[in-house]
Amino acid sequence: MSYLKPSFRHPDLPVNDLGYTKKNYEGAISTLCAGCGHDSISSAITQAIFELSIAPHNIAKMSGIGCSSKTPTYFLGNSHGFNSVHGRMPSVATGANMANRDMIYVGVSGDGDTASIGMGQFTHAVRRNVNMMYIVENNGCYGLTKGQDSATSDVGSKSKKGDPNPFEPIDLASIALQLGATFVARSFSGDKEQLIPLIKAAIAHQGFAFIDVVSPCVTFNNNPGSTKGYEYVRDHLAATGTVDFVPMKDEITTSYEAGTSQEVTLHDGSVVHLHKADSRLDIHSRRSALALIKDYKANDQLLTGLLYMDPDSQELHETIQSSNKPLRALTELDLCPGNKVLTSINASLR
Amino acid sequence: MTATNTITSVNDLVIKFANVNGSGSASANNMFAKAVFRMGLSVSPKNIFPSNIQGLPTWYEVRVSDKGYIGRRGGIDIMVCVNPQSMAKDIQEVSPGGFFIYDNTKPMDLRLLRNDITFIGLPLMRICLDEYNDDRQRQLFKNVIYVGALAALINIEFDVLTGLIADQFEGKEKLIAPNIHAMELGFQYAQKHYQCPLSISLQRRDNLGDKILMDGNTACGLGAVYGGATMAGWYPITPSTSVVEGYEKYCKRLRIDPGTGKNNYAIIQAEDELAAIGMVIGASWNGARAFTATSGPGISLMSEFLGLAYFAEIPTVLIDVQRAGPSTGMPTRTQQSDITACAYASHGDTKHVLVFPSTPKECFDMTAEAFDLAEQLQTPIIMLTDLDLGMNDTMSDPLDWDDSRQYKRGKVFTAEDLESMSERFGRYVDVDGDGIPYRTYPGTHPTKGSFFTRGTSRDEYAVYTEDGSEYEKNMQRLLKKWETAKKYVPAPEIIIAEKGSSIGVLHFGTSTDATMEAIDYLTRDGLAVDSCRIRAFPFNQEIEDFIDSHRTVFVVEQNRDAQMRSLLVNDCEINPKHLIPVLNYDGMPITASFIQGKIVDYMDRAKVTPLRKDSANDNTANL
Ligand SMILES: Cc1ncc(C[n+]2csc(CCOP(=O)(O)OP(=O)(O)O)c2C)c(N)n1
Ligand code: SF4
Ligand SMILES: [Mg+2]
Repeated sequence: MSYLKPSFRHPDLPVNDLGYTKKNYEGAISTLCAGCGHDSISSAITQAIFELSIAPHNIAKMSGIGCSSKTPTYFLGNSHGFNSVHGRMPSVATGANMANRDMIYVGVSGDGDTASIGMGQFTHAVRRNVNMMYIVENNGCYGLTKGQDSATSDVGSKSKKGDPNPFEPIDLASIALQLGATFVARSFSGDKEQLIPLIKAAIAHQGFAFIDVVSPCVTFNNNPGSTKGYEYVRDHLAATGTVDFVPMKDEITTSYEAGTSQEVTLHDGSVVHLHKADSRLDIHSRRSALALIKDYKANDQLLTGLLYMDPDSQELHETIQSSNKPLRALTELDLCPGNKVLTSINASLR
Repeated sequence: MTATNTITSVNDLVIKFANVNGSGSASANNMFAKAVFRMGLSVSPKNIFPSNIQGLPTWYEVRVSDKGYIGRRGGIDIMVCVNPQSMAKDIQEVSPGGFFIYDNTKPMDLRLLRNDITFIGLPLMRICLDEYNDDRQRQLFKNVIYVGALAALINIEFDVLTGLIADQFEGKEKLIAPNIHAMELGFQYAQKHYQCPLSISLQRRDNLGDKILMDGNTACGLGAVYGGATMAGWYPITPSTSVVEGYEKYCKRLRIDPGTGKNNYAIIQAEDELAAIGMVIGASWNGARAFTATSGPGISLMSEFLGLAYFAEIPTVLIDVQRAGPSTGMPTRTQQSDITACAYASHGDTKHVLVFPSTPKECFDMTAEAFDLAEQLQTPIIMLTDLDLGMNDTMSDPLDWDDSRQYKRGKVFTAEDLESMSERFGRYVDVDGDGIPYRTYPGTHPTKGSFFTRGTSRDEYAVYTEDGSEYEKNMQRLLKKWETAKKYVPAPEIIIAEKGSSIGVLHFGTSTDATMEAIDYLTRDGLAVDSCRIRAFPFNQEIEDFIDSHRTVFVVEQNRDAQMRSLLVNDCEINPKHLIPVLNYDGMPITASFIQGKIVDYMDRAKVTPLRKDSANDNTANL
């Protein structure tokens, strides 16, 4: 069961530019295990979208199957959502996006959903540059089927019941970079300060925006020996820097020391500002991102933060030159050529 | 060698061309068929091709019938063999009294000769070597030369051929003269060396009215344009590929926004069929009309998503161009063998609405209508056509469209509807009592009408629950919707013999032409037969009534397991003994003589005397 939250509202709750309070962006009460990393991500999504002042009904929530894929019930209750098929959210999201380019697509998936059963669809959504945010809530295991190792689990990592995982992990952020994703970031469910601006930037980005969020499964993979548990992740975390997302309407007030920061202006005029912790990173270079991920990993560190973005990316609608008006808004007048045309087609078939 | 008895006929023949795949023969063969058509004669060409791009034998079989029959006839009157690889087999295939036309540039193996057929040699290679310097030209013109020779041999009007060449090379006028020249070379050679025309020949008629010649797949593609499809997700698979290619071809002509030059459509070649149907479901969920086309193996992959679409009630249009089974084997041969797989595709209790077109016009109409049906019923609609109809040019009534027609978008609440509603919106509430709920497109209203789409673990308001009674209630509603569907789907086409009969034949799709021809023969031989063409599943009452009112009912289909018969037995609770299967599944289109033979055999064995309609009715109580 999911429960509807009581609708009592405090009159002093802050409102965003649209006059909505945060309540307008919340969903049903979560039924996930208490402490599950996924819940923190839901609340980061809620917060980010509230702060971005996007009308909730302009968002479509897309997910596959898994504990992670259930979470869209727990945020943005005024948005339509689609809990589709295990591993197949990318295709459903692609179709939905083709039907209406004016909405914002928030995809939520799990590491099982994306890195195993859905690997094929994930890679193709990346290379098509579908305009959407795609979050993987990565806990290194299959939560919903009770804790089997997933393909992102590190070699030697132990889940609660399991032997050490013998197989090489798939690093989704690296794969996304190699496949040409136009926005790639990594974060940790326990680091909202980093996650919220990343989500904002991902939503503002035009094209496929991928965020791999390490999100511990408290029930099956939070034990000593696991490399996806809270403690381990906190101890091994490194960041590319701090990210500020400045919406188009706001003025940039902070000034950064030259050489330590990089600024990216998005198509809508918003600005993403990365205050670098590691000056080797160039966020316009896939190579630099891939190399750094490897370097940090070699030192047993998980590199988080913004890794790469291409603000001039050409999303799928531009590639295929589909109409500016959402396809679903076209009517008989735009779509049906009528009987006269058919008569001439008939004539050509004789 | 000339046989003493040759087949003699006017406007009634089967001619088969034996070619090498990829040698450019297809356009010459098409020209031949089109020429017959332009002489006002019924023509039905069928490609018999291997799963290969170049080098293997391929055949093109054309039937001409004065009576207008377009099903496959069987038997070969004239073989045009341009492929030494298949020559031995091709010679064997010719009916006694028939003609074997071949390239005699090289001497033929005398052991292959038959004395009951007539051999006609044309030195195609020699002529080409003398005439052309370039290898590619030699190969291409060889095909045109034999068409020219046929013009003399069976009396095709030369003007019709030159007209076709002019049409074919419109915009490339330079090529017209050389093609006509090649045709003349063939024509003159045949005239000089043989008694023309042969005992089999053609004569102009005016048999066709306003008929067109079109393949079913292109008609489906065009139907999708007219039906308002804006999104196609697909993965290439023979024999369905040309559906989306047809859609794209017409979209490029008819769906460009005049203001911006942009496309009023989106076609995505997916990574596989899982993704193809996923995209269609996503687009339909979001309020666009979307479709995909595939064949058997694709249906297997799409099954999981079809289940989701059924339970989540998402309009989905799927065109299955059936072929014979798996990807190795006979992927380029025809069958009607995905019926069960489609009817019950997926997990849990699912059944899907199927429609069965028989002609290109119906491919067009039913595709356009499938979008209405899918949105009205909020469920997948699977159109089952096949390679025979899909990939062969088939004579058909012309296409037409009623310009006052509006798309039937089904039950959708708009923002105004939601605004004025006092009760809570429930995505799966049966408001009208017909089992069909109301949906909302995503993004319709800021605070009303949103819901979370998932399979079945939810209540009428789309709120998560695993309560078994909610599940049952929902499944019952889906059954009610299934009953409603019977009123929406295309009705059968029933033809009662002059005085009625106690024998009935059920048929559908590409079994129809051959069945109707078989019925003519049976009638001629004194056995009257009624017929019912099934056009959709679920079966409407008329089909059940037809079965009930006939003592002996045959079900003609092109698969091994009598799949349509199983559906009938299952869905209409019919005693299996009442339905006699007539099954052809060798991968070639079914023929009238096959059907006739099976029916006659059965009647002989059962020693059933055909009864008049009234006495049949007297007997129904005893069934
Ligand atoms: C076709 C199919 N196979 C298997 C399952 C069972 N299943 C449900 S969730 C899941 C794994 C989910 O793992 P992940 O995506 O990592 O999500 P998490 O629960 O860890 O958040 C599996 C295997 C299914 N629903 N569908
Ligand atoms: S099983 Fe793990 S992933 Fe699933 S809800 Fe519980 S803690 Fe979260
Ligand atoms: Mg997981």
